[in-house]
Amino acid sequence: MSFEFRAIYWREMLKFFRFKSVLFSSLIQPVMWLAFFGLAMSDSFDQLTSLIPDIPGVPKVDYLSYMGAGIIAMDVLFSSLFGGTTLMFDKKFSLLRETLASPVPRSHIILGIGLSGVTKAFIQTFIIIGFGKLIGMDFFKGYTLTETFIAFSGIMLLVAIFSLGFLFLSGSIAITIENPEGMQSILTLLSMPLFFVSNALYPIDAFPAVLKFLSMFNPLTLLADGIRYFSLGSNFSVMGNHYIYTTADISVSFLGLIFFALAMLSAAIWRFNKVNI
Amino acid sequence: MTGNVIEVNNLEYAYGSVKAVDDISFTVKQGEIFSFLGPNGAGKSTVINVLTTLRKIQKGEARVNGYDVAKESKSVRRSIGIVFQMLCLDHEMTVSENLEYHGKIYSMPKKERKERIEELLKLTELEGKRDTLGKELSGGMKRRLELARGLMTKPAVLFLDEPTVGFDIQTRMRMWEYLREIKREGTTIFLTTHYMEEADQLSDRISIIDHGKIIVTGSAEELKNKLGKDLIYLETSNNKIAAEILRSLNSVKTVTEDTKSLRVMIGENVTHALPQIMEKIREEGIDITTVNIKKPSMDDVFVHYTGHGLREGDTKEKYDGMETEGVSE
Ligand SMILES: Nc1ncnc2c1ncn2[C@@H]1O[C@H](COP(=O)(O)OP(=O)(O)OP(=O)(O)O)[C@@H](O)[C@H]1O
Ligand SMILES: [Mg+2]
Repeated sequence: MSFEFRAIYWREMLKFFRFKSVLFSSLIQPVMWLAFFGLAMSDSFDQLTSLIPDIPGVPKVDYLSYMGAGIIAMDVLFSSLFGGTTLMFDKKFSLLRETLASPVPRSHIILGIGLSGVTKAFIQTFIIIGFGKLIGMDFFKGYTLTETFIAFSGIMLLVAIFSLGFLFLSGSIAITIENPEGMQSILTLLSMPLFFVSNALYPIDAFPAVLKFLSMFNPLTLLADGIRYFSLGSNFSVMGNHYIYTTADISVSFLGLIFFALAMLSAAIWRFNKVNI
Repeated sequence: MTGNVIEVNNLEYAYGSVKAVDDISFTVKQGEIFSFLGPNGAGKSTVINVLTTLRKIQKGEARVNGYDVAKESKSVRRSIGIVFQMLCLDHEMTVSENLEYHGKIYSMPKKERKERIEELLKLTELEGKRDTLGKELSGGMKRRLELARGLMTKPAVLFLDEPTVGFDIQTRMRMWEYLREIKREGTTIFLTTHYMEEADQLSDRISIIDHGKIIVTGSAEELKNKLGKDLIYLETSNNKIAAEILRSLNSVKTVTEDTKSLRVMIGENVTHALPQIMEKIREEGIDITTVNIKKPSMDDVFVHYTGHGLREGDTKEKYDGMETEGVSE
């Protein structure tokens, strides 16, 4: 058993805490999303939908809480999708040479970077949940301490798998592509459909059938659903839409994300083994 | 072990259709400083990349520290330290963090890492800079840090790809001091260079490499002695004809025409040969404007074996620091 990935992890985290501007913006960004977008949108949405009659016997969830789950998913999506960019610069400025010339297996480089990305995703998730509770998000409402703990762990687990998947994807692109502009445009191109064809920020019930179908395979939808299952319960209504999450649904979220992460892992290993210096 | 830390047999390497290394064989002995001396594009870095397992060996065989480069790359990697041609330090990490990272990726235990970092900061005189970020170091300091990093794991062989390129002569000589010190500690050193003095003064043995081929190998002394004891440099009113006359003489081994002067290699004692040479040229009505006698230098060795200078426009450097006995008319 070798543990060289810890060295990669150490270096990534060292630099994460060293760049104060990057650190600050990555911590403040989720708060801004929640504070500005979340509060503004939830007020207007809740007003618009106040006329829709409640579904009897089903707990009602406000838009802020519904969207909070989506914001976690989105924030983790963006930070993970761009998380591999360091690799491109490392390669460009031949920093990667030292590591590639060492006995460290290439899978450890991927793993080290993946784990550091997951750590950052955890920090962000934690901040969103904490700040969200502060401004009135209904996460874990009526849960006992144990239930809260289990729900929280479930969310973190989903976030970790999701984040790894996108870090591997981002890493594979970073190691393949030569210039920052190219990387930037590919990532932007990728994030658009992921972002819009998902139920992260709004319910998809009114989507055209094709988009609705596609969104079911979107990792962002899988994650947002998973987080809602854990944080809001398996039976609630929002804006007149009735949500019921069954055990099957949550299993699909987990399995879908695990499948996605494994597929991306093999892509990353394939790309990394091709790297020449 | 056979006493050879590096053994290379019939190594070839091509980038697509460009043959960068063409059937070379050599050995590096335990504890010596061995240099590859050659111009840009000669194939020096390619050989290093193959020996350090960064590029897969294509043809031939190579062993480093007893391990097969093709089959035991992990063991090879554990045996070596590398200073790459291009600077590659993390600018956002401090001097000691750069070393720390290197120790970690080679799974050095913590205590050993700390001790080694102290030793190396001392050796490379970077103690005062331990908490300085990589980007705040001068070029020379960066190179020293890379040297320290290459030595972190106490490698059996240290590979250095043009370690002093772009440095002034003082900085370069300090680097040589460090390398001699490292050699005294028992590390074998393989370096590439296109500086004559580096090959000459630092190395125990030198291979001259050009167009992917090793042209000659030996100690600086051996290589120079092969050119005879003395060389005569002549400037005349007509170098072309003078060269032909010289070539017809028995005492002359070879004549090379430089831009301005003729370089004459002789097979016998210069004191006897010179008067005869001068007389023959004058007989043809050619004036001799300058005569120089000097011991062969690495430059002469290089020109002799490759048929060209190492770089264009380096004539100035060429005449620096050579023992010359001028005989002017
Ligand atoms: N990655 C590469 N792809 C294609 N050709 C290459 C590559 N690297 C080197 N070459 C070619 O191989 C030959 C040898 O290059 P190499 O870098 O080994 O020379 P070198 O002796 O190290 O030169 P320098 O002193 O300039 O560093 C050159 O003709 C070069 O153009
Ligand atoms: Mg080179």
